[in-house]
Amino acid sequence: MAPKEWQLVTQTHPAPARAPRSRRRVARSWVGWGFIGPFMTVFTLVFLAPIVYSIYLSLFRQQLVGGNSFVGLDNYRRAFADAQFWSSVARVGLFLAVQVPIMLGIALFVALAIDSGRLFGRNFFRISIFLPYAVPAVVATLMWGFMYGTRFGLIGNIDAALGITLSDPLSPGLVLASIGNIVTWEFVGYNMLIFYSALRVVPTSLYEAAEIDGAGQFRVISAIKLPAIRGALVIATIFSIIGSFQLFNEPSILQNLAPNAITTYFTPNLYAYSLSFSGQQYNYSATVAIIMGLITMAIAYVVQLRGMRKEA
Amino acid sequence: MTIPSTSTSTSTERSRTAARPMMRSRRPPSVDRPRRNVILTLVTGVVLVYTLVPLAWLVINATKTQPSLFGSFGLWFSGHFALWDNIVQTVTYDHGIFLRWLLNTVLYVVAGAGGATLLAVLGGYALAKFSFPGKRAVFAIVIGAVAVPGTALAVPTFLMFSRMGLTNTPWAVIIPSLISPFGLYLMWTFASEAIPTELLEAARMDGASELRTFVKISLPLLGPGIVTVLLFTMVATWNNYFLPLIMLKDPTWYPLTLGLNAWNAQAATAGGEAIFNLVITASLLTILPLVTAFLVLQRFWQSGLAAGSVKE
Repeated sequence: MAPKEWQLVTQTHPAPARAPRSRRRVARSWVGWGFIGPFMTVFTLVFLAPIVYSIYLSLFRQQLVGGNSFVGLDNYRRAFADAQFWSSVARVGLFLAVQVPIMLGIALFVALAIDSGRLFGRNFFRISIFLPYAVPAVVATLMWGFMYGTRFGLIGNIDAALGITLSDPLSPGLVLASIGNIVTWEFVGYNMLIFYSALRVVPTSLYEAAEIDGAGQFRVISAIKLPAIRGALVIATIFSIIGSFQLFNEPSILQNLAPNAITTYFTPNLYAYSLSFSGQQYNYSATVAIIMGLITMAIAYVVQLRGMRKEA
Repeated sequence: MTIPSTSTSTSTERSRTAARPMMRSRRPPSVDRPRRNVILTLVTGVVLVYTLVPLAWLVINATKTQPSLFGSFGLWFSGHFALWDNIVQTVTYDHGIFLRWLLNTVLYVVAGAGGATLLAVLGGYALAKFSFPGKRAVFAIVIGAVAVPGTALAVPTFLMFSRMGLTNTPWAVIIPSLISPFGLYLMWTFASEAIPTELLEAARMDGASELRTFVKISLPLLGPGIVTVLLFTMVATWNNYFLPLIMLKDPTWYPLTLGLNAWNAQAATAGGEAIFNLVITASLLTILPLVTAFLVLQRFWQSGLAAGSVKE
């Protein structure tokens, strides 16, 4: 997708014909840096420098006696044998396998329904379902956390009304599903909008041709719409994978409401955070973050490859 | 400016149709206005209810006093209508700390989202309309870095900033907010669609400087794209939780998200006063500005997103 576009951009600058213009063109070629320069400067400071520093940190260890010393790959060896770390990776892996397909499935269904033009009040649907995206994770988590509550939440109301006792959504067994619900609520509309925007630019002549051929709605969806928005599907999947592996805000905020269900190593991110800011183990924390970064990039890369290969 | 005004306006017209390709009007009645379907509307309505119920819960419960919060059904009004009392209490509690958090958030949003949008617009314009040395490298680095999970950068960024003496100051929140790779990508695709290269060539032939060409010709054409990027970076900074959490210790620099979490956590600490009615009212006040912005500006950002997805 992107490299193709890059070629397109360079091709729109044909080689200059006359000599004076060619001199101007050379001079102009550095002008682009005047525009991209500010972005790249800040980018270097807040993206590239921390990555390099992170790798440096992961190769050292801070000790009470002897100070900072080079330990090679010791931190990585420790991480590979760390049961708490791997249990957190398994937890977000499970989260990813269950929550992402459900969320993207609902988002795709709604996008197709709105795009089909068969809904009553479709603009209302589109904007309302998107709205939760504008709600901060903190507010979303607090709202759902209160609603989950057995004291003054909806679960408590249902229990009281029906005289039953539903299992507590914030108990250790259910808290991951409860978090999945919060994340789904937050991002279903955002993903719906990505799909919907992609659907809007499918050439309508295709639908007309399909209609002439007598294709039904489901045939149109499977043969035209889904292939046309494959790029959007791949991008949404990659964003969701990155988001799942970075899971932090929701469990971290729910900790106040469910202190027994959410451990300090509930997700890899929470683990890295606890290591640095409660345990002062900056070097090991950086190592954990790098390993998670590598796992995330590897999976995102595989998804991208598979998505693109189908396209070919 | 020696460009005649007529030529500018026709190209605005042209680029506007280019930016919103085939949005309306092209489909024949049968495909464009299919029969409305009650069952599809009802099924999609389930998702609509799911997204709106928590927001309704928030509005309803912001009107309750703390005792009736615990003693009444969550999805209906009960007892004394206490919304105004709750708002007054929220903004005056603890010497008006809520207003301080609101001002901090506005500062972070104006400087962070405003700066991020500016950098993204300049950078996207450079990528779309200039060929310059190192362009391929810039592209590769930015795309590669996007795949790095933000949290992998958190710890090293914190340590770097703490050495520079920036932690616990507004700069620690603002500087990392200045980079929005998604914004850069969106502006780049939008600029290559919306700005005809011939128009820039014409301005240069007339001897306009690059900066003047950018301000007078390109900037007005980028309107919907800028609004879109601004809205999405605003959401990112307004809702930011993780970055301020690690960077700030002093509550007087907190944004609203951290403040809300602190108020909620207060009930769990020994001797802390439970102020759930204020947490709920403050949550409502926190989401209002963004929800309003999205509703008011929807025409702009939806066309901006549609143009962004042309390239997928």
